[in-house]
Amino acid sequence: MKRTARLLPAVFALALVAAACGGDDDEGGGAASPSAANLQGQTIEVAAVWTGAERDNFTKVLDEFSKQTGAKVTYTPTGDNVSTFIGSKIEGGAPPDVAVLPQQGVLVQLVGDGSLKPVPDDVKQAVSENFAQVWGDLASVDGQLYGVYFKAANKSTMWYDVAALENAGVQVPVETWDDYMTAAQTVSDSGVTPVAIGGSDGWTLTDWFENVYLSQAGPEKYDQLSKHEIPWTDESVVTALETLAKLWGNNDLIAGGAKGALQTDFPTSVTDVFAENPKAAMVYEGDFVAGVISSETKAKVGTDANFFPFPKAGDSPAVVGGGDVAVALTDKPASFELLKFLASKDAGEIWAAAGGFTSPNKNVDSSVYPDDVSRAIGEALVAAGDNFRFDMSDLAPAAFGGTVGKGEWKILQDFLGDTSDPQATAAALEKEAAKAFD
Amino acid sequence: MADRDVTTTGAGEQPAPVDRHSQAAEEPDGGAATARRDVIPGIPLPRRAKHRDPDRAGSTWAWLFLLPALILLGAMVVYPIGYTVWRSFYNAAGSAFVGLENYGDLFTDTATFTALKNNAIWVAVAPAVVTAFGLIFAVLTERIRWSSAFKLLIFMPMAISFLAAGVIFRTVYDQDPNRGVLNAAIVSVHDTFIESGEYQGIRPRDTDQLTARGGGFVTADPVPASEPVQIGFVALPPDRVPSDAVQAVPPPDGPGLRGVIWLDFARGGGGKPNQIDPNEVGLPDMSVQAVQDGRTVDSAKTGPDGTFAFPELTSGNYTIRLPSSNFGAAFNGVTWLGPTLVTPAIIGSYVWIWAGFAMVLIGAGLAAIPRDALEAARVDGATEWQVFRRVTMPLLAPVLAVVLVTLVINVLKIFDLVYIIAPGSTQPNANVLALQMYLASFGGGNNQGLGSAIAVALFLLVVPAMLFNIRRFRQEKR
Repeated sequence: MKRTARLLPAVFALALVAAACGGDDDEGGGAASPSAANLQGQTIEVAAVWTGAERDNFTKVLDEFSKQTGAKVTYTPTGDNVSTFIGSKIEGGAPPDVAVLPQQGVLVQLVGDGSLKPVPDDVKQAVSENFAQVWGDLASVDGQLYGVYFKAANKSTMWYDVAALENAGVQVPVETWDDYMTAAQTVSDSGVTPVAIGGSDGWTLTDWFENVYLSQAGPEKYDQLSKHEIPWTDESVVTALETLAKLWGNNDLIAGGAKGALQTDFPTSVTDVFAENPKAAMVYEGDFVAGVISSETKAKVGTDANFFPFPKAGDSPAVVGGGDVAVALTDKPASFELLKFLASKDAGEIWAAAGGFTSPNKNVDSSVYPDDVSRAIGEALVAAGDNFRFDMSDLAPAAFGGTVGKGEWKILQDFLGDTSDPQATAAALEKEAAKAFD
Repeated sequence: MADRDVTTTGAGEQPAPVDRHSQAAEEPDGGAATARRDVIPGIPLPRRAKHRDPDRAGSTWAWLFLLPALILLGAMVVYPIGYTVWRSFYNAAGSAFVGLENYGDLFTDTATFTALKNNAIWVAVAPAVVTAFGLIFAVLTERIRWSSAFKLLIFMPMAISFLAAGVIFRTVYDQDPNRGVLNAAIVSVHDTFIESGEYQGIRPRDTDQLTARGGGFVTADPVPASEPVQIGFVALPPDRVPSDAVQAVPPPDGPGLRGVIWLDFARGGGGKPNQIDPNEVGLPDMSVQAVQDGRTVDSAKTGPDGTFAFPELTSGNYTIRLPSSNFGAAFNGVTWLGPTLVTPAIIGSYVWIWAGFAMVLIGAGLAAIPRDALEAARVDGATEWQVFRRVTMPLLAPVLAVVLVTLVINVLKIFDLVYIIAPGSTQPNANVLALQMYLASFGGGNNQGLGSAIAVALFLLVVPAMLFNIRRFRQEKR
């Protein structure tokens, strides 16, 4: 133990030098032929955004990797801005060996800079065995796989107050958008406002739109619209807006009416449903709503609060979400070995069992999730298979998809305030998108 | 080096304790120091008469003293201003010269133009209102006994950071009366005078049968007295169902116009629309009026099972009216932070913060007014109002002008309150130049060319006010 401890800094320094020299050299004193069971004496550095409980759980995964391979893994938290952190590390000549990127845009950017190492065949194989094809595609640039999606977020979850829906006699899950409208009307008839919308935050509205659009227009159109290959004035966009208008345009169905919704931020929209004096019965947002419910209200997720998958506006089951992708910045054998491990069922199950985690890995046994709600979230994500798509507004330039008071956020807020003219809204979206994408 | 020489010389000639370090520093460069000594006698030393001999050597030293400050000013004020002006002529990426295009965008870009407009409103309203309040407070507190306590109270908001004040007012202006204190006050006053009905917010199941009129409902068609009426309502919150309500029943047979008004919704589901099902309760104590030819001919109230009857009305057709007293109008307060009121609301919070500042300055000005002038006016028979209008105000005018102009400069730069108080949905309506500058440059717009142009415009707007203040200070010096 002591010897390794003394050796470590030396190995680490060597790694730094190697990286600084361009990273092409072979490891000085590394194992000649590393296999899954023998990476003894190697050290790699992993950088990710996670802190607190998430960090602890990720460390459990890394510990298991160390146990299996003998490699030592150090964890570095990146802070909120991952691309800045990694950029400055690369600039300084000492990139972390493996980084977990929370945005696909960063992956594309780093590939463009030539900072990422393409993964070898055994990692490719692990990815294709364990994930739906879409996850491999999302981690690829120009057909070359660069990483492993380890953690995912499901943003197609409609949360509801169990008592309110029981009182109204609404059967869950509500499968289709038409059924959802009927259910909303029934809840409204029962004397409870059916839906709370956090319209003061524009991103909640883009998520509504994306869920409707993905299942209605289908994944191909969704991809095209994400890349602005079809204009926002496309008929499919107008149809999706008209679909949304059925709910957004009906003041009886929205807590506080459209005007009130525009004054409600996301956390308030959640507490409006689950706090002591509920103002609404349902609220839509991603799986992180569970966290808000637990921290802000007395409602218990699973008994007082539950969710069903976002009702399908079209034919295809669709899940919109996000994900964290692990990539290699050095071509050390241990880096790739870690990616292969993160693609495995074991790695996913360790964190899944610890909670607060959704695995996109289709082979992860869903029985390891600690409760029914997180199990259902994970199962819905895997069930969507290749119909999973990233949050479209996250993929768009920030000026269009991520700025308060601008672009898609603002235009959809205006649309929530006045749903009378979907055509004009689509035209406004197209105008802003054209400006941001060129 | 030069600085150190000076300190040494000063310290050496003063009877003050001699610094060991400076002495040591003096030794090694003895030759150079003597070479410079011939310059030194010209320096005006502390406690000697100043400006006696303003020769060239003196001004050299003065410049040397100013150098550090000049370097700092240059690096942190002049250079950024110059760079901002330069940057404003380039495009978003900073790669191509675009001339005055960014300045054109100031007026064509809707977001920036709104910001410009709002800034104009701010400048026109906020300083004037703050000064007015400051004047009123200053004049009033001059006369009262507990003036210090009162002044402290008014001045207190100045001690709160803008960010904290913004957070406070975000809550004050909250739409929900349970959170926003302003709406809580308004709603409770409203409810004191206009009582909301027991069945506020409910709506008829069949909108063909009942139409809304004057806050209440009437049957769309007159109903014959011989035919019992069934009127179903929905959307009564479970916790507001009257405790005496019992299972609704079809109206019993009997003479006259009869009917039932019930909650057409069975808890837990399973009910059919427009039909009295098990678990559907009557709506008791609802007042019902029978109207014929625009005249109310009879009125009644429903029982616990929702039934009502007009035994007298045995023939003819009647319109059934459920007057507005049953329903009341739901009042949710004012949307302070909606598109129309957001700027006035934020100006309100600004006034709250700055009124104390104006009060203190104006109060100081008031205290400096010679009492005998006021006394003389009073002796001459002037009323208090005349004294205030004709004597106090003119004497106070310079102070008021300084307060006003200082506030104008301050208001032009307003950023934090708008950024914090305006919710995302109405931020574009509340936008001001400083905020737009930030948003355009860093907040997702990432167009630092336009951002720089806005910054330059803002600078140009502030300059006249600054020049005015500087001129004032100069005049006062003379």
